Amino acid sequence: MTPRRLTPSQTIGPFFHRMITDGANVLVVEETKGERIRIEGCVYDGDDVPVSDALVEIWQANARGRYHHPMDRRPIPPDPAFIGFGRAGTDEAGAYWFETIKPGPVPFTAARWQAPHINVAVSARGLLDHLFTRIYLQGEPANAEDPVLQRVPAARRHTLIATRAAGAERAVYRFDIVLQGGRETVFFDL
Amino acid sequence: MTPVGRDPEVFPPYLYEAYRATIRRSPAQPPMEITPTLSELTGPGPALSAVTPEDADLTRNAGTGGEAIGERIIVAGRVLTADGAAVPRTLIEIWQCNAAGRYRHRVDQHHAPLDPHFLGIGRCLTDAEGAYRFTTIKPGAYPWQNHENAWRPAHIHFSLFGPSWTGRLITQMYFPGDPLHALDPIFNSVPNPDARARLVAAYAHDVTQPGWALGYRFDIVLRGAAATPFEPFEPAAHAGR
Ligand SMILES: [Fe+3]
Repeated sequence: MTPRRLTPSQTIGPFFHRMITDGANVLVVEETKGERIRIEGCVYDGDDVPVSDALVEIWQANARGRYHHPMDRRPIPPDPAFIGFGRAGTDEAGAYWFETIKPGPVPFTAARWQAPHINVAVSARGLLDHLFTRIYLQGEPANAEDPVLQRVPAARRHTLIATRAAGAERAVYRFDIVLQGGRETVFFDL
Repeated sequence: MTPVGRDPEVFPPYLYEAYRATIRRSPAQPPMEITPTLSELTGPGPALSAVTPEDADLTRNAGTGGEAIGERIIVAGRVLTADGAAVPRTLIEIWQCNAAGRYRHRVDQHHAPLDPHFLGIGRCLTDAEGAYRFTTIKPGAYPWQNHENAWRPAHIHFSLFGPSWTGRLITQMYFPGDPLHALDPIFNSVPNPDARARLVAAYAHDVTQPGWALGYRFDIVLRGAAATPFEPFEPAAHAGR
């Protein structure tokens, strides 16, 4: 097979919302196994202005830590009621939300685990390529040992950890995405 | 093995001042390098397959029974990974303005007519060889607010997931010979001229259908490896779990 040169990215622009099917931010159905969680937050630019035309996409493992993908060949049962992909367009206030489940732990190497996390891609007008980040969940003991979190400078680690709302009947986590500035979210080069 | 990370020759920088919206939306910190894990080497691509054949014909998919107005075209091509492997049965989503340069979108205030028979959204799956094909109308150029007398060259937006999370691509396809290319900061944000040229479809006479539609070819090459099994996760490695 002849090697091919990559196709460059371009901005998603402001006019993509129509392609998002309704309900794509609800990843669960009644039969889905696992602890229900809600992720909500806002996307902000470098002036702390809400980004009202962002696309936030998430990809995660099921409750037992298995990805719905042919490359995950581990003997862990898939959940036929959970694919693990969701997308949401931000509203006028820059807000987005997802209804999903808490993902199980995923291996880093054969001998080491990652804390439960949700993979995120952010696209928007003004972003010439999407940005990759991760959502970790506040209060997870495994966060302290997570190999990716450990590589992030301690002062910025909190930008990857969604904060759990106090007193809520079910788990609601807040995860703001800040594209630029002092509160800038850590993004990954992938 | 395909190198990980964005090639700065091929992919635009996040901060490109000529495109004004990047100034307050580009991260100031460099992105952090991480070793791809199962999280990045898997992705939703293989699971996304909800399309019907009608979805690939934007001249007729508005559900009105009518036909979109404009110059009917066929856009066809193949989706590959950098090692040259076809990406079969992968979802491609496209969206575009109509022949007059207007999007069917609440934010688009361009003083140009809407076409009741044109939604401007299509989707299809590549076949076993990674090939895809859309029928649509040629989009118009449209003005935008970036700078004085700014016009976007005619383009079609493309979104692909590919085999893995790292292979996600959102891009735009342009048309050959458009004088607006030289003036467009989004197009010119791609640093390398050869890479930029890969965003321009080629007129393809073999795709053109006599008496019906002009044909364009646009091949797309995605980042990331094809579905090579990830060694540490061979079932045997976890037999004890
Ligand atoms: Fe556009």
